[in-house]
Amino acid sequence: MQLKTFPGGIHPHDEKHYSKAAAISKFPTPNRVIIHLSQHIGAPSTPIVAVGDTVLKGQPIAEPSGFVSLTQHASISGKVSKIAKFMHPNGAMSMAIEITSDGLEQMVELSNDENFMELDAEILKERIAAAGICGMGGAGFPTHVKLSPPADKPIDVVVLNGVECEPYLTSDHRLMLERAEDILHGLKLIMKVVGAKKGMIGIEANKPDAILLMEKLCAKEKNLEVVALKMQYPQGAEKQLIFAATGRKVPAGGLPMAIGVVVQNVGTSVAIYEAARYRKPLIDRVISITGSIVKSPQNFLAPIGTLYSELVEASGGTTAAIGKAISGGPMMGFALPSLDAAMTKGSSGLVLFNQKEARSMAEHTCLRCARCVDICPMNLMPSIIANAVKYNDLDMAVKTGLNDCIKCGSCAFVCPAQIRLVQWIDTGKLRYAEAQRKK
Amino acid sequence: MNSQDRLIVSPAPHVHDKTTVKNVMWNVVLALVPALLFATYYWGVRALLLSLTGAVAAVVCEALIQKLRKVPVTVHDGSAFLTGLLLAFNIHAGAPIWLPIVGAFFAIGVGKQVFGGLGNNPVNPALLGRAFLLASWPTQMTAGWVAAKDSAMSGINNLSRIATNLEQLSPKAYELVTSATPLKVAQTLRDSSFVADINAQAGGIDLGGRIFGSLTEMETLKSLFWGNIGGCIGEVSAFALLLGAAYLLYKNIIEWRIPLYYIGTVFVLTFIFGGIPGSGTSVMLPFFHIFSGGLMLGAFFMATDYTTTPITKRGRIIFGIGCGLLTVMIRFVGGYPEGVSYSILFMNVMTPLIDMMTLPKAFGKVKK
Repeated sequence: MQLKTFPGGIHPHDEKHYSKAAAISKFPTPNRVIIHLSQHIGAPSTPIVAVGDTVLKGQPIAEPSGFVSLTQHASISGKVSKIAKFMHPNGAMSMAIEITSDGLEQMVELSNDENFMELDAEILKERIAAAGICGMGGAGFPTHVKLSPPADKPIDVVVLNGVECEPYLTSDHRLMLERAEDILHGLKLIMKVVGAKKGMIGIEANKPDAILLMEKLCAKEKNLEVVALKMQYPQGAEKQLIFAATGRKVPAGGLPMAIGVVVQNVGTSVAIYEAARYRKPLIDRVISITGSIVKSPQNFLAPIGTLYSELVEASGGTTAAIGKAISGGPMMGFALPSLDAAMTKGSSGLVLFNQKEARSMAEHTCLRCARCVDICPMNLMPSIIANAVKYNDLDMAVKTGLNDCIKCGSCAFVCPAQIRLVQWIDTGKLRYAEAQRKK
Repeated sequence: MNSQDRLIVSPAPHVHDKTTVKNVMWNVVLALVPALLFATYYWGVRALLLSLTGAVAAVVCEALIQKLRKVPVTVHDGSAFLTGLLLAFNIHAGAPIWLPIVGAFFAIGVGKQVFGGLGNNPVNPALLGRAFLLASWPTQMTAGWVAAKDSAMSGINNLSRIATNLEQLSPKAYELVTSATPLKVAQTLRDSSFVADINAQAGGIDLGGRIFGSLTEMETLKSLFWGNIGGCIGEVSAFALLLGAAYLLYKNIIEWRIPLYYIGTVFVLTFIFGGIPGSGTSVMLPFFHIFSGGLMLGAFFMATDYTTTPITKRGRIIFGIGCGLLTVMIRFVGGYPEGVSYSILFMNVMTPLIDMMTLPKAFGKVKK
């Protein structure tokens, strides 16, 4: 098998063995859920319910506050008990709607369009928007926006992202094994919406079972192609995946649509299928609860808004004290101050580290070893950017790639001096944005 | 979760490949062990003694200065030990014991700590130390060489190939082939009046050509490869140094661009310009040049020094080619038989300029 990949990148241990054999199991109804108003890139949603209101599962509770925004739905039935700031999976406090369960699981009525493949592109887009779908791989860009490229940017390829290059996480892997047909339905729907002739699914070689299954299902489909990829982080990053799968380069500072490509996560694809066929809103997703200290690692299909503490408890708790709780994968995820955060539509996993795994070493002066330069998948100069930010030389930082950085963390992963390169670059991005505003 | 659990909050990434400064430095020291063993075998235990003296002196100096500067003492990271060892590798086994001590103090004090320590020095401290010693004590640095265990210092053992009758060899010629380093022989033979002189004394045969030719004979090349020659401790066996280099390349501690372009440039240029007046050249001459002197040590262990070499990929290629060009220039037209250390020092100071001129284009960036 010819494996494709991209230039640069790193090879962290994949650590998928903890949870990859755990079939997706439905998480029992939580006592309460916390639906964040900001689960996506764009303006936070506006609540359309008040404290004390009774809501059904699947009922809209917040509406988009602009084009790049999202509808949010109740993920359980019950009472709106609070609209306040709660911990977001990125560790910050942000506005959310708390729903206390009535234990009844009363759901809004769904439909079943057998002929969902015949639906008009505009109707599909409407249903996707109504379902409140955003990218489920992490960034969380509203899907209906992503699927509305301007007329002068024709899309010819849709690439489904089944790479899951973050260590530990297995939610997309399980989804590909258990919902393969639905994923392909979703892919065809996306192709229809954007008018693309070709569909591809990129999967890394550490998921051979998923590759085989998808290949089998795609064997008879002339316009669908499974792309087996060499294991390399950050292959799941949009620009890297597009290059690996199609050989096209997204222009620096540009979007994939500029080269006729749209990328969607496999989870998003399932959500699109469910929205098109059943008009089911995005109220649950698969999330991996994993790590060396999780007693029984899981891939839960859990309601959006479920508390991480409840998810850990349902995984049997931990065998040792938690040193670090990472929302997302260990390369780009957020270390949480506590397990009180509630999962959002972009929460693909929760990784728990013991205290030893959580330890990190002190920063040393840069040796100029150039490892960061050698592996940077964006071909930037991470050490120079970080140093320039440190000494407030934003011009130099921009010249060496500040604005092209995708914050994948590969540089910091290989740095023998343990320099927090991503943190420095992030600081630089903030300072740069500030400087631009002042202009 | 126990509410008593204190969670660590830190920026991503939360995993690391576990490479540390310490780990890198001690691995380079480890990679020099084969060369040290070969040197000890060929030149005796004094080679080992001088090397360790240099290393320990560097560690002591770094610790003293860090105490004076009231900064944490970081000698356990191995970088001072490595500098001291590399400095001693630039000294021959017959040198006085104080030489590596003085050199190491200069290397660490003036070459490194003055600039703020590891990561901040503009040029390779070990090479700066060597340049200082060579300028200050040229006699001690170049006289009293020790011959290898069972060979002439020049590596030319089979004198009968040069002259059927040893009486043909004038004292001048005899001295040349028996008491100098291989590169010194090559350099001396570039002097056309010297060649004319020994040829005349030998009764008109092309003695210079024969001696030059013997440098590239298999037997001499073998001596060079295994280290059975005269030279600095680190000029010993190309084989031992390559062994260490292979380890470092395998461990991803050094990168291939600089050594490849450095050695490659020397190879090509010595092939083109390597002959001596009147006698032409040999196709084997490039092998003589890459295996002799400090090229292997320089290319794999000094020109790959992190701090003092370019970090851009294209910059490393330019650095390697520049080192090769200068080395060949010094060997062929300069006053020294060997040019590795000055070439690297010269390219070290060019490094910031090279880096800025070779900044890469971001992935997806198109030419304007």
